[in-house]
Amino acid sequence: MTDKPFIPLSSKLHSWVTTADHKKLGVMYILTGIVFLVVAGCEALMMRWQLAVPLNDVLAPETFNAFFTMHGTTMVFLVGMPILLGAANYFVPLMIGARDMAFPRLNAFGFWLFFFGAILLYFSFLGGQGLTGEEGAPEVGWFAYAPLTSTTFSPGSATDYWVIALFVSSMGSIMTAINLVTTILTMRCEGMTLMKMPIYAWMMLVDAFLILVALPPLAAIQIMLLLDRQFGAHFFDAQAGADPLVWQHLFWFFGHPEVYILILPGFAFISEVTPVFSRKVLFGYPLMVVATVSIGFIALGVWAHHMFATGLSPTILAYFSGATFLIGVPTGMKIFNWIATLWGGHIRFETPMLFAVGFISMFVLGGLTGIMLAVVPMDWQLSDTYFVVGHFHFVLFGGLIFAIFSGFYYWFPKVTGKLLNETIGKWQFWFIFVGFVLTFGPMHMSGFEGMPRRIYTYMPNRGLDVYNMISSIGAAIQVVGFLLFVFNIVVSLRKGEPAGDDPWDAWTLEWSTTSPPPPWNYAQLPSVASRRPLWDIKHPDDPDWEYE
Amino acid sequence: MGLLPYILDTVLVATQALATTSSPENLSIFDPVSPVSTTIRDLFMLVFGVTGIIFVITEGALVWSMIRFRAKGDETSEPPQIYGSNPIELAWTVVPILIVFILFLVTTRTIFSLDVEEPPEGALRVKATGHQWWWEFQYEDLDITTAGELHIPVGVPVFVELRSFDVIHSFWVPRLSGKIDAIPNRENHLWFETDEVGTWYGQCAEFCGTQHAKMLIRVISEEQEDFDAWVKNQQLDAAEVPAALSGKEVFLSLACVNCHNVDGVMLQGGFAPNLTHLMSRDTIASGAAENTPENLRKWLRDPNSIKDGCLMPNMMLTEEQIELLVGYLTTLK
Repeated sequence: MTDKPFIPLSSKLHSWVTTADHKKLGVMYILTGIVFLVVAGCEALMMRWQLAVPLNDVLAPETFNAFFTMHGTTMVFLVGMPILLGAANYFVPLMIGARDMAFPRLNAFGFWLFFFGAILLYFSFLGGQGLTGEEGAPEVGWFAYAPLTSTTFSPGSATDYWVIALFVSSMGSIMTAINLVTTILTMRCEGMTLMKMPIYAWMMLVDAFLILVALPPLAAIQIMLLLDRQFGAHFFDAQAGADPLVWQHLFWFFGHPEVYILILPGFAFISEVTPVFSRKVLFGYPLMVVATVSIGFIALGVWAHHMFATGLSPTILAYFSGATFLIGVPTGMKIFNWIATLWGGHIRFETPMLFAVGFISMFVLGGLTGIMLAVVPMDWQLSDTYFVVGHFHFVLFGGLIFAIFSGFYYWFPKVTGKLLNETIGKWQFWFIFVGFVLTFGPMHMSGFEGMPRRIYTYMPNRGLDVYNMISSIGAAIQVVGFLLFVFNIVVSLRKGEPAGDDPWDAWTLEWSTTSPPPPWNYAQLPSVASRRPLWDIKHPDDPDWEYE
Repeated sequence: MGLLPYILDTVLVATQALATTSSPENLSIFDPVSPVSTTIRDLFMLVFGVTGIIFVITEGALVWSMIRFRAKGDETSEPPQIYGSNPIELAWTVVPILIVFILFLVTTRTIFSLDVEEPPEGALRVKATGHQWWWEFQYEDLDITTAGELHIPVGVPVFVELRSFDVIHSFWVPRLSGKIDAIPNRENHLWFETDEVGTWYGQCAEFCGTQHAKMLIRVISEEQEDFDAWVKNQQLDAAEVPAALSGKEVFLSLACVNCHNVDGVMLQGGFAPNLTHLMSRDTIASGAAENTPENLRKWLRDPNSIKDGCLMPNMMLTEEQIELLVGYLTTLK
């Protein structure tokens, strides 16, 4: 046994709290995200318990409404964003051969803004009552439509906590985005032109630009709403004559790009994992870049497809329907390119790859139900029903969460130096996959049967019982999967096999350094000639750069 | 693994068939009874066909390559590296563009065909106003105000003008038409028409606060003569039954009248459902409970016991007051 120098806990803690290191910040982002994933998952479980049978009374209506508000807000802002930005923080500098992010202190500031924003949101459970004794947590839904958010309909302080929390954490995200753009554009290692970047870096570049365009409007409307609530301004106050649709336009101008902000990093994980486990180069890299950039642009022009039932004019409806269809094209290209990457490979089904193909198969379904929702008259039937809930969970759970698990299993060895246990990993995959399909598949059906979303209970004898029961059973099955995940982390951290530098025989730069990487990543900055520098080293007789 | 969704889908379709036939209150969008919902259903079938084919091809290719190109233990070298193929990539760019272009044309045509700016000739005009958490229906041409249940004649187009009293609501009766939001300071509308006599169920589809879940809608379509009879009754002032006079006095002496209107008796409310012909309705509390004397008593004893968080306060009535009130309310036929 080697002697480790004794470091007291307080100074360990001190080193984390004061750090400006991109890797430590990345880990802190991801850990915070996982904690909130558990919290939001518990909220979802309570909702599934309530909805398991009609006219159930496990949760009071106010509690149920607070739970779906907090679940949505948490999953988007406190789970999706931190895990994805945390991963970008950790891996972008490593993958482009840099020693840190461009602005390390801004990076730390962004993290702490996010962190305290998150605390503020959850503080509403305690402090949301305010002086009026109303509410415990916000009950306005994650898109918080005006005028339900006005003080008339949502008294108390809970909605104000929601507003300020989102404002603060969105500021953190904007800073991180500035940092990412600068890092990717200016700190790439020698030889790495834009078109020789790992596809992950490309997707995060587009992602960061999307954050820069979409999040400032969110921050702005939070301030407007705060002025309404605290100082009697009338931006969204319908009783004073304001048009409530203004909120919807501004919110979805943020809200729809946000969906792509969340899913692009998911695409990026899959685009890194799929080639490595197929043992083939990513099929059609230039087209993937084109598709990513087009998604970035089109994503900014589809927001009103969330508003098809608000009585917009037929011309406007037709435009937004067309734009929404159009975004299916670059998304489809990606899916086909991933399948083409699998085609002719020697596919290894280790846990990262299981989640990756799980992602592709489920995301196809989520994409196709998205096409259905773009058909405006169908949306008039399906909007705000459980069909939509099913649709976006196929995209954001079957898509994003599967991608996160894939990336987690793929990069955990790099970050910790330990491999996650494969057997537990496979069990986890199957529990989550089966549980996922059972939970969210039947929701499409209950939507067809006329079940609106965001209802704390439903009437019996409407044919909804069976679907809701299946959904709730699926949720219980997922719990086993998530417990296995946490168990796997704990066990593997203590007793996991050492990973070595390059456990997957991969090709991007982060696998050339030690696991975990040393401070400042590279003793000597690398220089690359192709998109797969480690392939070139491993196959000197057949290097990539001859083909790119 | 890709097979699993197929199997589950089959199971789900089967259970759906089961559920539809066994549920007395059918809200399925696949059982339209109005031209609007029928047009949407037909469009559905087309889109289902197109997306179904894409689904089978894509998932098929995925599953096939997962099985066919699974690593075999004895491979020592890497597979051939294929960097891309311009013709293939062009194909899966152009073909999807053509598909979505066709879908776009079909969608646009349907949007315009279903759009009606003005009430069609001979239409019944109804004003539907969303309140937290009930729907008010006003037939201004007929001078009728009612709540929760919308009566319509068969074979006549119904043009519904949507308003909101407070927050955003959404009017949705799936078998008649799609949903459109009722938004404060805005005027929206939708229309439907049915040839079938029956009750069509729906509910508010935009989250509108605590009791969004129990903001139900019933549309009752009747033969023209039944509808005319209903109209004639609704146009009358509240019935005066001498036996219920003491109950009426209780009603007038309490705060009930500050919110509830009763035509011919007191018209200073409007905040809550009009009670003039309360007993002509099948349900109370916006469809949350059957309209029975027992439920009326329960409601008066504590509205929260039927609809937790609703805006009608618990009036702390004595059992005697409740009996008298129910005695009066049940005369409002």
